[in-house]
Amino acid sequence: MTEPAQHRPPERQRRRRRSDPNAVVPDAEFTSYYGRPIVKASPWKADIPAYFFLGGLAAGSSAFAAGAAVTGRPALRRLSRLSALGAISASAFALIHDLGRPERFYMMLRVAKPTSPMSMGTWLVTAYAPCAGLAAAGEFASVLPLPDPMKRLLASLANPAGWAAAALAPALATYTGVLLADTATPTWKEAGGTITAAFAAGALASGAGMGLFAPLEESGPARRLAIASTAGEVGAVFRMEKAAGLAGETFTDGRAGKFGRAAEVLLVSGGILAAVTRRTRIGSAIAGTALMAGACCERFAIFEAGQASARDPKYTVVPQRERMNQRERLTDAERPAQ
Amino acid sequence: MAGQHEANDPAAASGWLDHPPRMGFLTDTSLCIGCKACEVACKQWNSVPEDGLSMLGSSYDNTGGLGASTWRHVAFIEQTVPAPDPGGGADGLRWLMSSDVCKHCTHAGCLDVCPTGALFRTEFGTVVVQQDICNGCGYCVPACPFGVIDRREEDGRAWKCTLCYDRLQHDQTPACAQVCPTQSIQFGPLDELRERAADRVEELHERGEAGARLYGADPGDGVGGAGAFFLLLDEPEVYGLPPDPVVPTRDVVALWRQTAGAALMFAASAVVAFAGRRR
Repeated sequence: MTEPAQHRPPERQRRRRRSDPNAVVPDAEFTSYYGRPIVKASPWKADIPAYFFLGGLAAGSSAFAAGAAVTGRPALRRLSRLSALGAISASAFALIHDLGRPERFYMMLRVAKPTSPMSMGTWLVTAYAPCAGLAAAGEFASVLPLPDPMKRLLASLANPAGWAAAALAPALATYTGVLLADTATPTWKEAGGTITAAFAAGALASGAGMGLFAPLEESGPARRLAIASTAGEVGAVFRMEKAAGLAGETFTDGRAGKFGRAAEVLLVSGGILAAVTRRTRIGSAIAGTALMAGACCERFAIFEAGQASARDPKYTVVPQRERMNQRERLTDAERPAQ
Repeated sequence: MAGQHEANDPAAASGWLDHPPRMGFLTDTSLCIGCKACEVACKQWNSVPEDGLSMLGSSYDNTGGLGASTWRHVAFIEQTVPAPDPGGGADGLRWLMSSDVCKHCTHAGCLDVCPTGALFRTEFGTVVVQQDICNGCGYCVPACPFGVIDRREEDGRAWKCTLCYDRLQHDQTPACAQVCPTQSIQFGPLDELRERAADRVEELHERGEAGARLYGADPGDGVGGAGAFFLLLDEPEVYGLPPDPVVPTRDVVALWRQTAGAALMFAASAVVAFAGRRR
């Protein structure tokens, strides 16, 4: 009764231990204040992982649109430009919708701070979205109810705008990884830069997924990249889970685990399908859908893993204690030299 | 990044040219009697709304922790102390009580990541949210290594202790320190508080209180030292404090560098995919 603050492992962990009698790694022992969280989980809802996915899809699509423009693949180019505009619009909507005061969105535009990935990202999206918009508008200039000179102007701006969007795409695909890593949320903080690699691969997989909807004679690059980025994403996720150390288990537990397993199945089957559906457009579209769904699930997995790691004080206390002990050992090792 | 100058004078590092000394709190938990007057005074002075009335089953603490509408939180810990003589007498009980508050870090994660500039460094070296600017993006919440700041959901904006910025501007003591009946919460120039705290730890050690230690007083720690620091009688995590907090933005340069690598991979992969065969 008077014994305070000793951590009781949650039900889930105890159950798993029983089911694995050979487990040799004991639950980490640590002290907490009545098992309450130390750091706070972000107040973000599904809008934020959705915004990550849509930003990645936009970036991947812009890269594809530029490649298609250079190599003369008009249908792939048109599809990708439209996808980029749609995705970045939905992404911006999700970001604003998640604000506690959406009507104050413009407050983001009063400063530019390199220490704030969200500030950098806002400026990136602000620069990128008009480019994506112009590139897409150029594709449909001829059918828009505009005077002819305007139509010609829009059409002539499409390619330069497309280049600009493609130039910003790599940053757009990856900055959200820094946004997560630059927090005190254990899983995101420990995974650090490995998140950006997972986000880059996921953005390519999404862009490739969309590209697989293009006519078969134009979707070759999408197919190649679908296979490569699936492998890249699976590898990046593996590295990320390793890098997160103790908090890495939040990737396999609970909601994050469900999303993660779904992502893996969808990505791998999407990649395999992309490789074997060279002759069927419907098959390719199914593969593309699986890839996009997989990349989306992976964002939710990473998001939920971080949220779970913030709610359990274990992931805050144990790694910090280990760090302190290591520092102490180092100091002790230096002492005899005196 | 964590220059000595900046560590001692965050106000100057933020561009204040002529400014008062850095002000802060020393919360000496060896003097806390758990009266919660600080919690009440803070709520009253700052018009902080009620945020839940429930029995938490954690000793006398039904507040739980710091949050958007709790800017002072008194923790209650009941510890068993073994009887001095193993043969005779029952084990004893030791109370630990501590009033937690925003640390007003030298390197403040919340301030660093705030994309609107709503969070700013005052002339007193404290960290305050400008409520007319905050748009409730929520990024400061996971960026705080102490879990202090939070979004008030019914209001949409982020809130935390202001170290009574309005009172400081009129040479008054913050409400919690003003009302504290045992001087467990001491307010003053940070330099003076640090000296006083070091003396107090020594005094407690001499009295046999071996567990007495300072928390957040070291300008060399992961947040560059706290403007509101503590004298604790046990490990920080016993009180719900992180044992070795680090401001997340400490690694942000390395993170951007790693991201440049990932971005290059992204671009190269796209180029290679299109450089291949015609189909």
